[in-house]
Amino acid sequence: MFEQGDSNNKSGLSNVRVFDFAHTLSGSTCSVVLALMGAQVIKVEYKGRLESSMRVDRMRPWTTSRVSHVFIPTNVNKLGITLDLKYPEGLELAKRIVKISNVVTASFRPGVMDKLGMGYSVLREIKPDIIMISLSGHGGTGPEWSYRGYAGIYSSLGGLSELVGYADSPPTDTRSSADFRAGLYGALAILAALNHWQRTGEGQFIDFSQREANIPPVADAIMDYTMNRRNQSRTGNRDSAMAPHNCYRCRGEDRWISIAVGTEEEWKALCSVMGNPDWSKEAQFSDEDRRWQNQDELDKLIEAWTINYDRFELMEILQNAGVAAMPSFDSKDLCEDRHLKERNALSVVEHPELGKYHLLSPPWKLLATPPKVTKCFPALGEDNDYVFGELLGLSTQEITRLKKKGVI
Amino acid sequence: MTKKALGGVKLVEFCSELAGSYSCKILADLGAEVIKIEDPRGGDNARRMGPFLEDIPHPERSGLFLYLNTNKLGITLNPQKAAGKRIFEELVKDIDILVEDNQPGVMQDMGLGYEQLQATNPRLIFTSITPFGQTGPYKHYKAYHLNMFHAGGEGYLLPGGQDSLDRPPLKAANWAGEFDAGLQAAIAILEALYWQGLSGSGQYIDISKQEALMGLYMSEYPRYLNEDGYIGRRAIQGQALGGILPCLDGYVAVIFFEDREWLALLKVMGRPDLAEDETFNTRTKAILNRREEAQAYILEWTMSHTKEEIYHEIQKNGGSCGIVLTPEGVVNSEQIRARGFMLEVEHPVAGKFRYPSVPYRFSETPVKLERAAPLLGEYNEEIYINRLGYSREDLVRFKGAGIV
Repeated sequence: MFEQGDSNNKSGLSNVRVFDFAHTLSGSTCSVVLALMGAQVIKVEYKGRLESSMRVDRMRPWTTSRVSHVFIPTNVNKLGITLDLKYPEGLELAKRIVKISNVVTASFRPGVMDKLGMGYSVLREIKPDIIMISLSGHGGTGPEWSYRGYAGIYSSLGGLSELVGYADSPPTDTRSSADFRAGLYGALAILAALNHWQRTGEGQFIDFSQREANIPPVADAIMDYTMNRRNQSRTGNRDSAMAPHNCYRCRGEDRWISIAVGTEEEWKALCSVMGNPDWSKEAQFSDEDRRWQNQDELDKLIEAWTINYDRFELMEILQNAGVAAMPSFDSKDLCEDRHLKERNALSVVEHPELGKYHLLSPPWKLLATPPKVTKCFPALGEDNDYVFGELLGLSTQEITRLKKKGVI
Repeated sequence: MTKKALGGVKLVEFCSELAGSYSCKILADLGAEVIKIEDPRGGDNARRMGPFLEDIPHPERSGLFLYLNTNKLGITLNPQKAAGKRIFEELVKDIDILVEDNQPGVMQDMGLGYEQLQATNPRLIFTSITPFGQTGPYKHYKAYHLNMFHAGGEGYLLPGGQDSLDRPPLKAANWAGEFDAGLQAAIAILEALYWQGLSGSGQYIDISKQEALMGLYMSEYPRYLNEDGYIGRRAIQGQALGGILPCLDGYVAVIFFEDREWLALLKVMGRPDLAEDETFNTRTKAILNRREEAQAYILEWTMSHTKEEIYHEIQKNGGSCGIVLTPEGVVNSEQIRARGFMLEVEHPVAGKFRYPSVPYRFSETPVKLERAAPLLGEYNEEIYINRLGYSREDLVRFKGAGIV
């Protein structure tokens, strides 16, 4: 029943075409979700602006790495074209692609698409039922609409960074997960709009704010403020009621296991696995509240025990006893994990120059229409002939002329 | 009546954990009709979790529950009872989507698995959300949020930029991983809903929270897989320049990647001389040549200014910066207020508050907060009597038998 990879599998978004101007990590994430679900995504790039594209690893411009592992996973399954909208001919071609598209994605600052001649009011004239998303940092309205930002800035402004960290340490820059999160919420908004369009034939404009996308993860802390005027702060790995509840050091270098105990039954199971040491019977650990009150001491005692074990061995022992315990997985663990292997959580895709490229499989396991990686990222302008020739019907001579002129 | 993106879509939620509840909240806020099934013996787990209004624990005063269940209809039902199972089947026979988060196998054992329900409702999108999915050696493993977050890979990378490895890897704030897993589930459901519109068919969806969370850090794995470049914790750097830094009255995020943003920062710091300096005038040069010195200049400047000054001065000069906002800071931020992000609704027990809404503003189908979270069993009469046609006497009997 859960087998995947059946060649009869359909694509959920097989009748959807996306004209993709998104050039940031969040924007590319947003459109790659649709591409993985089978939409035809036409990514447009302009040769003169590659320094601001994710093709280059600009987090680390001094590295010699040939490829950006940020760019590739967020651009698989996409078609790639080049087009310079500064030429009237280029703008005209872009409008013709809009006419045969269902969705337009952009991740510029608000107003940039309008300046390019591709604002929503223009697009709606060309294609009345178009769905357009503007995935900007702060949204298209409000006093800070023109402000800049990156993942760590959005997680800070969203309230997430303030609440991630050890109790006695500064807030945490959660880095690129804030971009992925924003891209995923953007894809969610487009999918909702597509469902509305499917039922009613109506398109719409979506004004998206990346900083707002990083508020929901701390919604309960926001509620604590609106209800009680309380500002929560960082609590590390701790829980407001459970103890033990932490990561404990295991055998090996920098190896850790997370253990959380939520019931008396689980506590007894943990004690039993530890061989019911004398300290576990002390009054300071005799009930859940005393354990919570004395968790600093409790953590030290548990760690003195976990340090003797391999984390995977300990995971099995504890899970078999009914205690929630998982290693803190690093990328190597995840890539080699037998559970994830059995679930096909990793995919391989061929690239003409890189050879086999390994990446995560899409996490949405739909039985009938499973999203999947079907091709690697496009080279710059790789699909110009298909898009301008086959889709728009331009002749080979015309395409050659446009290439020479630098329009495409 | 305002248009809703998912107007007419019917969903039944049979979840007790936060991720499932959040995925259904997302869809309810988008306009789907969500009937939330709660256990008659105390209801949803979130009712017992804080924060509570005025710190008074009460099933109708949990801010977590109130947030997670806006725009939903709530009923009580125990499908473990034979009559409860029959009512469950009636409830799901003409809906579009079922979301459940029981352990693998539990729904089948109750006779309410995908094959069983799909036989009477082929349009049904049956969504299961569990820590590790329906297959594989870990499928029955237990995981609280802490365990699941660390199984997802991001925990090992947090907080990053540490000089020592003395302290353990870190989970994200509160229930962040549950919310993110719910987001991924909602995305999967919307694809299935679109496909249902195209084909008339439903399908089964298997969401593993672990995989859902791995999907929020998808760039780290390819680096390991394709370059054989193992990334240990020590190598996980913070920002090469800037980062989250203390200032006069809190913390700011001075994060930038473009040279013009670096030059803007030098300008607001009052160091145009450095912007002229050939060893200093691009971000890369500053990092490669004089990183510690550059970092010291930035820190000295942030420590003598307030977060508001730093944020607006840098941004107005074309640089890139943010404030590390507290919950209060988020709610009262000018930008958040101007965009109407917080929406107000009145709850019969807890009263009237502002709630965080969504990051998307639709031009045609705006998200609205029309209903506060349901009281336990608030819609029993509406659903059992008005929809399913049971009598008031039936409902009293069901109640007595612990069925509802």
